[in-house]
Amino acid sequence: MSVKIDKTLTVECETGNYHTFCPISCVSWLYQKIEDSFFLVVGTKTCGYFLQNALGVMIFAEPRYAMAELEEGDISAQLNDYEGLRKLCIRIRKDRDPSVIIWIGTCTTEIIKMDLEGMAPKLEWEIGIPILVARANGLDYAFTQGEDTVLAAMAHRCPESEFFVRERKETKQNLFTFHSRKKEELVEYANHPSLVLFGSLPFNVASQLSLELKRQSIKVSGWLPAQKYTDLPSLGNGVYVCGINPFLSRTATTLIRREKCQLIRAPFPIGPDGTRAWIEKICPVFGVEPQGLKEREERIWESLKDYLDLVHGKSVFLMGDNLLEVSLARFLIRCGMIVHEIGIPYMDKRYQAAELSLLQDTCIKMCVPIPRIVEKPDNSNQIRRIRELQPDLAITGMAHANPLEARGITTKWSVEFTFAQIHGFANAKDVLELVTRPLRRQKNLEDLGQTALVRK
Amino acid sequence: MKLAYWMYAGPAHIGTLRVASSFKNVHAIMHAPLGDDYFNVMRSMLERERDFTAATASIVDRHVLARGSQERVVDNILRKDKEEHPDLVILTPTCTSSILQEDLQNFVNRASIISDSDVIFADVDHYQVNEIQAADRTLEQVVRYYLDRCHRQEKWHQFLTDAPSVNIIGIFTLGFHNQHDCRELRRLLRDLDIEINKIIPEGGSVEDLKNLPKAWFNLIPYREVGLMTAMYLNKEYGMPYISTAPMGAVDMAEWIRQIQKNVNTFTLISSNKRVDYEPYIDGQTRFVSQAAWFSRSIDCQNLTGKETVVFGDATHAASITKILVREMGIRVSCVGTYCKHDAEWFKEQIQGLCDEILITDDHTEVGDMIAHMEPSAIFGTQMERHIGKRLDIPCGVISAPVHIQNFPLGYRPFLGYEGTNQIADLIYNSFALGMEDHLLDIFGGHDTKEIISKSLSTDIGLIWNPESRLELSKIPRFAREKVEKNTEKFARQKGIETITVEVMYAAKEAL
Repeated sequence: MSVKIDKTLTVECETGNYHTFCPISCVSWLYQKIEDSFFLVVGTKTCGYFLQNALGVMIFAEPRYAMAELEEGDISAQLNDYEGLRKLCIRIRKDRDPSVIIWIGTCTTEIIKMDLEGMAPKLEWEIGIPILVARANGLDYAFTQGEDTVLAAMAHRCPESEFFVRERKETKQNLFTFHSRKKEELVEYANHPSLVLFGSLPFNVASQLSLELKRQSIKVSGWLPAQKYTDLPSLGNGVYVCGINPFLSRTATTLIRREKCQLIRAPFPIGPDGTRAWIEKICPVFGVEPQGLKEREERIWESLKDYLDLVHGKSVFLMGDNLLEVSLARFLIRCGMIVHEIGIPYMDKRYQAAELSLLQDTCIKMCVPIPRIVEKPDNSNQIRRIRELQPDLAITGMAHANPLEARGITTKWSVEFTFAQIHGFANAKDVLELVTRPLRRQKNLEDLGQTALVRK
Repeated sequence: MKLAYWMYAGPAHIGTLRVASSFKNVHAIMHAPLGDDYFNVMRSMLERERDFTAATASIVDRHVLARGSQERVVDNILRKDKEEHPDLVILTPTCTSSILQEDLQNFVNRASIISDSDVIFADVDHYQVNEIQAADRTLEQVVRYYLDRCHRQEKWHQFLTDAPSVNIIGIFTLGFHNQHDCRELRRLLRDLDIEINKIIPEGGSVEDLKNLPKAWFNLIPYREVGLMTAMYLNKEYGMPYISTAPMGAVDMAEWIRQIQKNVNTFTLISSNKRVDYEPYIDGQTRFVSQAAWFSRSIDCQNLTGKETVVFGDATHAASITKILVREMGIRVSCVGTYCKHDAEWFKEQIQGLCDEILITDDHTEVGDMIAHMEPSAIFGTQMERHIGKRLDIPCGVISAPVHIQNFPLGYRPFLGYEGTNQIADLIYNSFALGMEDHLLDIFGGHDTKEIISKSLSTDIGLIWNPESRLELSKIPRFAREKVEKNTEKFARQKGIETITVEVMYAAKEAL
């Protein structure tokens, strides 16, 4: 096949008029991940309305989050912010007794310049519960970047790594309780500096990834965030960190600059190709020769065969709203799909460098041109492009999904990729399950011949 | 500052957007930060709307904070004007942008000079009014804008239609069963030989608003939205209006009599034939609507004296209470509404029909009240449905806020004679079905409760080590059994006896 391949990678920038979730939505998955936390969103009715509608049923399950709803008096500074927050936090302590309260700053607190960072330490001291501040607002961030702001704030609270002292103490303790197990571990893992992974994943996925590294005899000493706030990992000089999600650039920066950690720049473990590349970047850092990865990746691809037949040669358009787009596109290209456009809210070329170069390599390998990457896309322009290109699949937000379907464009709702388990070798199938679902549905309904369901 | 988990009515701009996107060819622009366009998702998902929602945001970001919106808002208005040629662009602030105190009215003035579309600024204060009130105001504002302009341009023909005709005001997007109600009202009015002049805002065109005064009078099916418009039309054009909700057989009759009165007042002037709807009311009530017969049937006897709690918007909560008490003989222990701004009217409506009245927009108060009363059934919003689930009390949803299941595809009006049937079904089905309930009491419950679904596989000598046990317990409950089975199947195939975490994930990959 003689296709002229454009090997240069360019990032365009549009107007930024696109649809995405407000970053405060991160409370929905983070409160579930960090079991002893309480999230307090300091904002207005609009924030509350978004949360209650976006999170649907979760609202009714007595969630560990709430709104501190600002009223007119708060906006015009007739009321004392500190007093207001103090009262609410004392009530939260009484009702829920969390190990940490996380204040989520919103657009309103930004505009009225409420000094959350200033008040938090004072109140923390007064009520005796750690209070973190994350400014996850729509003025600065999109959707998943909310998690980034929370984790960046949390990184400051990780204990200082004193790892030799610590390690010894632990071994002593373990001699009594987990005697046999500890011995086993000593044999299994290579002797290497500690590695902390950052990014919130469901417990099972986190443990799959840890297991994957264990196979290479690399030990994951901790996760940011951990299952409990009280179990935050130790950080510090000599600790290596690696991200598992593409939207964690602030957290990465904080870990490097403030916590003096070493960042391993790797592609993200999404898809078998990504997972392999991720492990292969980590191994040499610790002087480990990766074992059996090639075979493992091949086995996974083999098991995906049915799905690959479905997606092969189909085209995709990613409108962009959750920053997973580059990794997803890279995986889908490797699956044999053609990507027209990668829309993305924000592109940190340094943090995503390894992922971008893997995208480049993948495109060369698969003999396809590198798709255009559009930062801060403009939805109405994109819809025009979608109509021209008529892709087989548009990965898009819910605001556009139904209207596009009605016009005969098959869509996949992008937010599902944020909530589904998509990391590691074992979950590659889940990604394709999501991607192919609309294609399979369409196949089932094909004979009805009703593709465009709008009146002209 | 107050602690809030949930609210009954949304922020003001949602109300404005609902009105704007109900009209045909009207575009709404929000002055809002990224992510505040969640309205589009709701409309697209809940209403399963096939068209792109005509609402976009003019994004407020850091630069706007520093330098103001400058040309941005005007550019966005003009861009929409060029791209979609709307008749009207409505600029609406959000709570965030309203504290920026930018002179949005000024942007509107500038844009309206250049653009072909009309441009107005939704005059709603985010810290004073909620979604419902804002919708009411915006609708009035739009109507006023077009009628005033028409007046100024002296294109005025204030002739009433020859035949009796009405406007229906207040049917709009994301309203509780509004589409079905609208269809039912059309049918009713056709039966009564009354023409429909205009229905607004749903599907209406702003250019047609100048014809509103041609109708003989206005119908306001839900008092939450439309009343302000009706009052304005009454004041400026002397148009009478009927704000009774035609819900339930008794109020239906009352509503039709009011229509009759209005029609006859005008026919006196135009010397047409007077109308008499009494035979129609009688026939419909006794034979078309099944509700009157149903509440007399013996099945309904079981409902006598059962206690209920009702909560919702003012229109629906009041009407359902009247139906429960007057038409079905059910006791209403407490009735409440979150429409605090309309509390006086509400109290007056339900006076003497219930033991207690609750006016609040705090769902925990409603929950506590329900827990305290322990009614046999609840009629409320989605929130009350969930409170009911927790307390094991059945609940029928009778009012917004709503969920996707409250946008049924089938025909489910709450208004009109078909509405009485639907409501009767809803009420009856919400109680544990009469006789069944009774028999269960006598025979001590179903005997099928204790069936334990043990999968056969668990006793074939596979050992889960402690780590894998723990791992399994972390898997969400709905998937756990499946994972357990699959893992064991995999282990058996491979001849593995002890299941470790590694085996679990190998099984997943092998699947």
